Amino acid sequence: MGMTIAEKIIARAAGKETVKAGDIHTVTLDLLMSNDGTSHLTVDKYNALKNPRIADVNKLVWIVDHNLPCDSVKTAASHKKMRDFAIEKGIRFYEGEGVCHQVMLEKHVLPGQLIFGADSHTCAYGALGAFGTGVGNTDYLYAMVTGTSWVLVPETIRINLTGNLPKGVYARDLILTIIGKISANGANYKAMEFGGEGLKNIDMAGRISICNLCVEAGAKTALMAVDDVARAFLKDNNRDGDIVESDVFDADSDATYAQVIDIDLSTVKPIVAKPHFVDNVCDAKDVAGIKIDEAFLGSCNNGRIEDLRVGAAIIKGKKVAPNVRFLVVPASRTVYEQALSEGLLATFMEAGAIVMNPNCSVCWGACQGVIGEGETLISTGTRNFKGRAGHRESFVYLASAATVTASAIKGEIATEDMV
Amino acid sequence: MTSFEGRVWLMGDDIDTDIIMPTEYLVYKTIDEMKPYAFSPLRPELAGKIADGDIIVAGNNFGCGSSREQAPEVVKALGIKCVIAKSFARIFFRNAINNGLLLIENADLYDAMVKANAEGKTIKVTVNENIEFDGKTYPIVSLPDNLVEIINAGGLVKAMRKRNGID
Repeated sequence: MGMTIAEKIIARAAGKETVKAGDIHTVTLDLLMSNDGTSHLTVDKYNALKNPRIADVNKLVWIVDHNLPCDSVKTAASHKKMRDFAIEKGIRFYEGEGVCHQVMLEKHVLPGQLIFGADSHTCAYGALGAFGTGVGNTDYLYAMVTGTSWVLVPETIRINLTGNLPKGVYARDLILTIIGKISANGANYKAMEFGGEGLKNIDMAGRISICNLCVEAGAKTALMAVDDVARAFLKDNNRDGDIVESDVFDADSDATYAQVIDIDLSTVKPIVAKPHFVDNVCDAKDVAGIKIDEAFLGSCNNGRIEDLRVGAAIIKGKKVAPNVRFLVVPASRTVYEQALSEGLLATFMEAGAIVMNPNCSVCWGACQGVIGEGETLISTGTRNFKGRAGHRESFVYLASAATVTASAIKGEIATEDMV
Repeated sequence: MTSFEGRVWLMGDDIDTDIIMPTEYLVYKTIDEMKPYAFSPLRPELAGKIADGDIIVAGNNFGCGSSREQAPEVVKALGIKCVIAKSFARIFFRNAINNGLLLIENADLYDAMVKANAEGKTIKVTVNENIEFDGKTYPIVSLPDNLVEIINAGGLVKAMRKRNGID
């Protein structure tokens, strides 16, 4: 019987010929990513062990991105604990390079790898054909010390894409559509595997955006087969030579799926997820006109150069609405420098946006840009949970880079054809 | 088989980890300092009312969202004996087991308790067997032995210490 991409990667990591959904296997991890959300806790738990050791320090990547630059003495203390430990142990450590998942995709993730990240959006790595999954810091600690962990082989939902997204519709709209369709736990414990002719028409930024958000349907991981688009991304980052061809997997034609969903991309519309659930979606037009106080373009979901190009093209020559804060946050130093050289950041600045350093920003809800009581944010961030971006009585709408930028211009929710 | 009784707090569907432990308090040094703010976006008064041995009964997808382990840690620190839900989000499930917090899936209890407006009522849980509420018995599936070992030890690290003869 054939295997899905998720099954093939787990089989490789478990040293088995074949595995099937429902099996539990001990696997060797290829990379272990941790950020400043919980690394200080991992350090505490590590130091409390009787015989602490790191199985393979070369597999560890630690990234400060959630509260950067730090906003309080308490945060400074947790960063210092993380930084000192990373330096002492020789762990690869980034601070100021960007949002963890973007940094990982640019510098470390390779097809076929099995990666644990102490962050739920680790599933983004599927855009490069890697099995990334989020874990808590105790699972992370166990993997860090032993080099291994146990995984339940997930069932897979296959999503076949055909056609092309219409003008003014983006990958972000597609994944919100899918999450709305299957619900916030529609893929719980499962993998989501994307394929079909339509996938070829979605650029790398869009693919990362899609895979990244699959955890909002409960997915354990998201996966896409590696094609010319993914290879070009690795080449652009000078890493095409690192690809291990025997680890480049596609699903077998007779693989078993829990569910198959077919989507004609030409039918997708601009979508908004309303407060306070990511699956609470509607046509963007249905909420057009709702007043906003802040707009956010950035995050591991939509802070890439392609997203900034979309936003800049819409806002060029226009202004941010009075009394609206428009935060623009490139996802990495690489993206920031590219946007700088293309003049995009100047465009945003001239329009009255606030351009900030690469970090998680208001998507994390504790660093910068938090919103107050009764305020409304439209965001390309990952979540719109109650209180996620600040006060518990505030409201977050999620949308594409285009819809967010158009809304910043109008001061109310709007799609790009409305500005 | 272990059995215990506890007072129930009812939560809804999709109780996310930002609700269980909001981001702004994650920077606090200890879980004890975070305790008063658990569930505060949804029910600011709740943390102060939860007593040792209480039980949370919830709908679908409990613990969805962020992988922050402070969420199950704070639930356990509040004294919650177990969480019973229609389903759990997978990262939370692993994190809870790793911190020795018992989770039980049951499809029917939540709806029955909501219908009976039964928050504050007491239920009896017999681990790996059933839950009793209002004269009715709700069967539950057994947890695998290795997970029971971790929960009984108080979490993954403690279980490993025990297994390795350290404690």
